[in-house]
Amino acid sequence: MIDPIDLQLIVAIQEGLPIVARPYKIIAGQLDLEEQEIIERLSRLKQQGLIKRLGVIVKHRRLGYQSNAMVVFDMPDKLVKQKGEQISQLAFINLCYLRPRRGELWPYNLFCMIHGKSRELVLQQLTQLIDSCALNDYPYDILFSTRCFKQRGAIYSIDK
Amino acid sequence: MLSILHKQLLNNFQQEFPLSPRPFQDIANILGVSEDEVLSAYRELDKLQFISRIGPVIQPNYIGLSTLIAMQVPGEQLSAVASIVNHFPEVNHNYEREHLFNLWFVLIADDEHHLQTVITGIEGKTGIKTMQLPLLEDYFINLGFQLDLEDNHQSESVCT
Repeated sequence: MIDPIDLQLIVAIQEGLPIVARPYKIIAGQLDLEEQEIIERLSRLKQQGLIKRLGVIVKHRRLGYQSNAMVVFDMPDKLVKQKGEQISQLAFINLCYLRPRRGELWPYNLFCMIHGKSRELVLQQLTQLIDSCALNDYPYDILFSTRCFKQRGAIYSIDK
Repeated sequence: MLSILHKQLLNNFQQEFPLSPRPFQDIANILGVSEDEVLSAYRELDKLQFISRIGPVIQPNYIGLSTLIAMQVPGEQLSAVASIVNHFPEVNHNYEREHLFNLWFVLIADDEHHLQTVITGIEGKTGIKTMQLPLLEDYFINLGFQLDLEDNHQSESVCT
């Protein structure tokens, strides 16, 4: 169970730190804590892995990365971890997850995401992915996104 | 056009945003500019919507519970169904993808009960079944999104 103050802190900064000289002091004021405690808590949460990273989150679509594809493989269970870790090493891969298969309609268990500047480039990267990770033998599919209806980070709340 | 400073601020501080009382001063010291220049450049990037925020990326399922959902929506109903789905605050990252499963979004809820209540609500309001694909394992170490900002043509499309 997450510490309630850690949770309050994450809720307070999840939509972004204020862009001011002393952002942690502003957050500290909101939570009635000391600035130094905010910094220490965030350092610990990063170290513990609950915060995967703390930093600038770019809008890649606005910055020219308009083509976004979800690539999915049907990977034997005993290979999936090794292949997933291998795929994650490639510079153009943004996410790589194991998810359950759902019968004949959805036989895929390994998911990764490629964000590229064009469809052509993403398809080239897919070829590169398949070659460099030796994925030729496994069924796959590529799902380009065509319209974005909503995009924002996860929003957490303290209680409901 | 993005300046060299803009590009450095976009790419170099996605992972290790300084955890110190004056983080923007620290960045300024690294880049050999003033704190004010760093603050105003980040404010510009924010205003232009090139950054979503300066903040944390939280490891999925540490706080609350999330799942990826896919739906097969008849083409002519897609916009209407997407807006019903968007209406739920638990939904983020809602995309159309080129596939028989053509609507993909992530749900984040407090717990399993809350998650299932939202899913039942979505299925009830849209009359369409969902396919749930919860994350089982994450192979990706999130180091941010390294942008190649040469020959950049920026998009005017903004996801709402």
